Amino acid sequence: MAVKTYSAGVKEYRQTYWTPEYTPLDTDLLAVFKVTPQPGVDREEAAAAVAAESSTGTWTTVWTDLLTDLDYYKGRAYRIEDVPGDDSCFYAYIAYPIDLFEEGSMVNVFTSLVGNVFGFKAVRALRLEDVRFPIAYVKTCGGPPHGIQVERDILNKYGRPLLGCTIKPKLGLSAKNYGRAVYECLRGGLDFTKDDENVNSQPFMRWKQRFDFVMEAVQKAEAETGERKGHYLNVTAPTPEEMYRRAEYAKEIGAPIIMHDYITGGFCANTGLANWCRNNGVLLHLHRAMHAVIDRNPHHGIHFRVLTKIARLSGADHLHTGTVVGKLEGDRQATLGWIDLLRESFVPEDRSRGIFFDQDWGSMPGAFAVASGGIHVWHMPVLLSIFGDDAVFQFGGGTLGHPWGNAAGACANRVALEACVQARNEGRQLEKEGKEILMAAAQHSPELKIAMETWKEIKFEFDVVDKLDVTNK
Amino acid sequence: MASVQAYRSSKKYETFSYLPQMTPEQVRKQIAYALAQGWNPAVEHTERGTPASVSFWYMWKLPMFGEQSVDAVLAEIEACHREFPDHMVRFVAYDNYAQSQGLAFVVYR
Repeated sequence: MAVKTYSAGVKEYRQTYWTPEYTPLDTDLLAVFKVTPQPGVDREEAAAAVAAESSTGTWTTVWTDLLTDLDYYKGRAYRIEDVPGDDSCFYAYIAYPIDLFEEGSMVNVFTSLVGNVFGFKAVRALRLEDVRFPIAYVKTCGGPPHGIQVERDILNKYGRPLLGCTIKPKLGLSAKNYGRAVYECLRGGLDFTKDDENVNSQPFMRWKQRFDFVMEAVQKAEAETGERKGHYLNVTAPTPEEMYRRAEYAKEIGAPIIMHDYITGGFCANTGLANWCRNNGVLLHLHRAMHAVIDRNPHHGIHFRVLTKIARLSGADHLHTGTVVGKLEGDRQATLGWIDLLRESFVPEDRSRGIFFDQDWGSMPGAFAVASGGIHVWHMPVLLSIFGDDAVFQFGGGTLGHPWGNAAGACANRVALEACVQARNEGRQLEKEGKEILMAAAQHSPELKIAMETWKEIKFEFDVVDKLDVTNK
Repeated sequence: MASVQAYRSSKKYETFSYLPQMTPEQVRKQIAYALAQGWNPAVEHTERGTPASVSFWYMWKLPMFGEQSVDAVLAEIEACHREFPDHMVRFVAYDNYAQSQGLAFVVYR
C-alpha cells in the first residue's frame, strides 16, 4: 500500500474527487446532478466539488483524513455530460460507496446527497436529477406497506383503476357535514374519498370527530352497495407521538387506509408510519405537498422522480404523481417515467422519459399512482390511456361539482371509467374515440350526461415550466 | 330543484356493474382481451344477494389454465349458469405474474 504523508493546505477538489477512469460498482449509489457552476469554475472542478461536499470532503486537507481509507469512502465524480440545449449547466455523475449510508434511511441518504452541498458557493445552482439505488440498498428499506397486488385483494378491485375524491371545501366543514359529503360520494360509486393534505386537526373540525363520522359514512355506503370502500384519514400531525395516536384510533374504528404528507411530515415520520401500517394491516396513501417547492425549478432542487423513489423506499401504497392533463404541472413523458419508477419492478434507463439509470427494485412491491387535480369525466379516456389500471383517479370538483350532488357525480365518474375500460379491452383507441365512448355511455346514465354537459369546455393548457432536456432547443 | 334527480343506491358488483348487462358479444370481447393478456380464465358463482365484498365465491371446477379458446370459456360459464340458474356467475382472469386477478366481472347478475 502506498504511504501517504500529511501536507496541510487547500487542494483542488479534482485531484481527489474527479475520477473519470472509475467504473461504478453494482453496490454504489449513483447520482446525477445538473450543475450550474459559478463563472470561472470549470466543469471537472465543479463536479469534483459536488462529489466532495456531498460525501467525505471539506474545503481543506485535515490530518484526520489519513486515519481512514479515504479512497474507499469518498464520492467520485466519474462522468460529465452536456445538457441538451442548455450551455449554462452540465450533468455530473457521482458514485458513492454504499457504506456511506445507514441502512433503510432516506433521511441519511438525502442529508448527504442534498445537504450542505446545495448551498455551496462554487455552484450557482444544483439539481439532483436521478439516483440509482443499488439493489443491496433497496433490500434494506421497508418499501410500500402492502403494494398494489395486496391492496387489490384487500379491496376486491380488479381490472380497472380505482376512483377517489378529495372532500371540498378543503377547510371549514364540521365533522358531521364532512361525513355527509363522504357518504354521498361513496354510495354513488367511488372506491375512496380523501382528506385534503392540510386537513389535520383544526379548531373547526378536530380529528377524532372527523374519523368517527367518516367511518360511519364508509360503513353505511359499503352496506348499501356491497362494495368495499375507504376514506384516507389524514394522520399527519405536529409530532410523531400524535401521528401514531391518530393512526391507532383509525385502526381501532376499522379504517382500511390512512394518509400522510410525506414531505412536510418528513421522511423519518413517514418511514416509521409505513412500518406501523405494515404491522397493522392499514393501507397508506401519501400526499406530496411541498414537492413543487423542491422539484419545479429546472436548475435547482430535486427532480420529482427522485422524490418518487424516496416515497417508494420509505413506504407508500399510493403516491400523488400529477395528472398530465389537469390543473397542476406535469410533462407527459416525464410523468410516465416516474409512474414506472413507482410501480414497476425493473425500470431501464430511458432518457426520453428522464430516467438516467437502470433501477432494480427486486421484490419490493409497487404503489398506485394517484392522479388528482382539476380532472373531470371528459379526461377519463386520456387518463386511462396514460395511467393504465394501477392508478387512482381523484375527481374532487369533478365529483362534488355535479349539479345533482356528490352521489350523482360519483356515479357519472364510475360509469365513465367502466365504459372506457370496456372500450379499451375491446381494442378501441381511447384518446381518439374518447368522445364517442363517453357519449354512448351517457345514453344509459343521466348522471354522466349531465356531468358531460357541465364540464365540457374546461381545459388547462398552460405550457409546463419544467421540461425534459432531451433535444437541443 | 325540479331538474335535479335524486340518486338511488343499489347493490353493485365491482367492475362493469355500473354499465348495463353486457350482450353475449360484449362478454366475448372481454374474455378475448383477458386471454390475450396471457391470463388464466376461471368461473365463480354464488347465491344472489351475496355482497361483492365476500372474497370467496364457489369455484366452478378449476381455473382453465392455458385455455386459449373464448368458446371453451363461454361454454363453462353457460354450464355453470345451467347448473345454478339462481346464482350470480362471474368471470375471473388470474394473472399469475402479478399474483392477482387481472380482471373479474359478473356475467349473470
